[in-house]
Amino acid sequence: MSLKYVKEYRDGDLARKLAARIKQTSTKPVRLMEVCGTHTMSIFRHGIKSVLPDTVTLLSGPGCPVCVTSQQEIDAFIALAMEKNVILATFGDLVRVPGSVSSLQEQKAGGRDVRIVYSASDAVELAKANPDKEVVFCGVGFETTTPTMAATILAAEQMGLDNFSIYSAHKTTPPALAALMETRGVKIDGFLLPGHVSVITGTEAYRPVFDAYDVPSVIAGFEPVDILKALLMLVEQNETGETALENAYQRAVAHGGNPRALEIMDRVFEKKDAVWRGIGMIPDSGMALRPAFDRFNAAEKINISVPEAPEPRGCACGEILMGRKTPEQCGLYKKKCTPAHPVGPCMVSSEGACAAYYRYS
Amino acid sequence: MTPRTITTPEVPKALCPRRKVKNDMSDDKVLLDHGSGGKISHAMVSDMILPAFDNEILAQLDDGAIFEVNGVKMAFSTDSYVVDPLFFPGGNIGDLAVNGTVNDVAMCGAAPLYISAGLILEEGFSGSDLKTILDTMGRAAARAGVKIVTGDTKVVPKGKVDRIFINTSGVGVVFPRANVSGAMAKPGDRVIVSGTIADHGITVLSAREGLKFNSNIQTDSAPLNQMVGSLFDAGREVHVLRDPTRGGVGTTLNEIASQSEVGIRIDEDALPVNSAVQGICELLGFDPLYLANEGKLLAVVPETEARAVLETIRQDPAGKDAAIIGEVVEGDPGKVFMTTAIGGSRIVDMLTGEQLPRIC
Repeated sequence: MSLKYVKEYRDGDLARKLAARIKQTSTKPVRLMEVCGTHTMSIFRHGIKSVLPDTVTLLSGPGCPVCVTSQQEIDAFIALAMEKNVILATFGDLVRVPGSVSSLQEQKAGGRDVRIVYSASDAVELAKANPDKEVVFCGVGFETTTPTMAATILAAEQMGLDNFSIYSAHKTTPPALAALMETRGVKIDGFLLPGHVSVITGTEAYRPVFDAYDVPSVIAGFEPVDILKALLMLVEQNETGETALENAYQRAVAHGGNPRALEIMDRVFEKKDAVWRGIGMIPDSGMALRPAFDRFNAAEKINISVPEAPEPRGCACGEILMGRKTPEQCGLYKKKCTPAHPVGPCMVSSEGACAAYYRYS
Repeated sequence: MTPRTITTPEVPKALCPRRKVKNDMSDDKVLLDHGSGGKISHAMVSDMILPAFDNEILAQLDDGAIFEVNGVKMAFSTDSYVVDPLFFPGGNIGDLAVNGTVNDVAMCGAAPLYISAGLILEEGFSGSDLKTILDTMGRAAARAGVKIVTGDTKVVPKGKVDRIFINTSGVGVVFPRANVSGAMAKPGDRVIVSGTIADHGITVLSAREGLKFNSNIQTDSAPLNQMVGSLFDAGREVHVLRDPTRGGVGTTLNEIASQSEVGIRIDEDALPVNSAVQGICELLGFDPLYLANEGKLLAVVPETEARAVLETIRQDPAGKDAAIIGEVVEGDPGKVFMTTAIGGSRIVDMLTGEQLPRIC
């Protein structure tokens, strides 16, 4: 890894120049949405909103795959953790996401075998080390993570492992963009598209959404200079009316994406409908293991029946995500829903709209 | 394998935190987050511990307790060490156990004199590891100029404790002109950090995860009592002294802002961070502001004292990278802000829960 790229794209002078250009160029109010948790974090971390003019409003879309994991999916993970012979392996940030009555963190405190891992291959190591247990990995992530999940499954298949499986809550990004644009009354003037998802999918994954809605779209990297440049491009598109799907992260994103990753992902996974916390069901937005990989599919191996868990009543995340309501307009905000005990993804994500608002209050 | 049907079980209401407003945790379970030093830890201290022990000395919630005995102002502090792994680049649990408590007493504006050491050992723990740790503690005490004068050893059956847990307490005498407390920061004061941040946190993480980095990163564990002593010997006016251990500089600044009811603004460009540590943080997604330090202090001093304090700290071997990183501001009590490298502004919040468990 070249550390050089950290400083260059954080150059204060360059960033200030870009911010000034945005100020000069922007005459009419625009609402621009980013749909990647890492963008949300970077925007927060570098204080980007504070250098933008009042005409530019940034909305935080459903970009954090952990935060949009539905209650039912969490309930399923918990049900698996309750199985006597199961070791449940999960990413750390999933443990605080609430299910309908509990969370993985609470289950862990209650003595369930829940282990925090940094990657799916750690879970495979757990399986190798515990041959008398079933190691189930909570599969969560967008297109950046899903190919590595697929590769891990193929590796497990090669190893002949019979005690490793995943419960897939993987999701894909473009259907969420379409769902957002379809929502009645929503006004989104441009998308800041996810950088690393695009490294995998390439630029054309967003073509259907762009063609259908003619919405300014720019793929952006994560450093402040990357983000400011992409925001400038979105503002310019709105000012001139010349909409386009552009790639401002050319040092990492190729037109065709990563064909090998796409091929592996397609070999192991297929599309399915999925429920997104705070939004509801989005058709074809989820990823399920293909039948050929049933023996790595926890939902097949351990027949789980998890009751329909309606999204918590009063949670206004869906509307907050689209900028139609502010956190203060949500009946649960600060009362039942706080950073320590979050309800919806806007609060689960430490950089979500509600969690960020909470800090300023 | 015969498929079995599993349904989501009925979880007793008592385990469901969202339906209660009570903060005293008596129906909940202790979570790892409660030990993190972040918001939930603080809530446990204020909602459960303070009411149970109920006295005005504890209620100050500084790094140590300050009280008078026969007209002499003394400081007393305690800390427990559960770091995993026990051995890491640059040191081991023994270094933390002595330096940590030496520093907590020093942060009270006091000269630490005597330390106690309580050991809880797991049956089967390696005798040679124990010897190494004890020798380390002895050397650390000698380096700091303190004596370990009393202690206790317990051995519990295998599995009841993880190899070794150490508690140390320290007592010392407050310097005559010292009047430091987390509540003493004033608008206009400058904030100084005594050196590079996040070194210890990254060292322990790398050692724990077996991450092999081509660098010479090691723990910064060091005694700070001589550095503190030289400040008071030179007659410097110091309002706050804190060592940003668990939770890092970010959390500690929030504690100070809250105790003193002031705002604090720091400058991202001024934060001293070792470039290898910065690189690893970027790679793993950690924010150096929230990672532990075991040989650094934060000093909040009047503006007129800042340069002199900085020079004095820089003369100590542990303070060579010291820098002024910000100032205390009027308004926004309890809030910490940072001017970012791009000229933006962001809030530096207190962590809700655990970033890295068992860091010290």
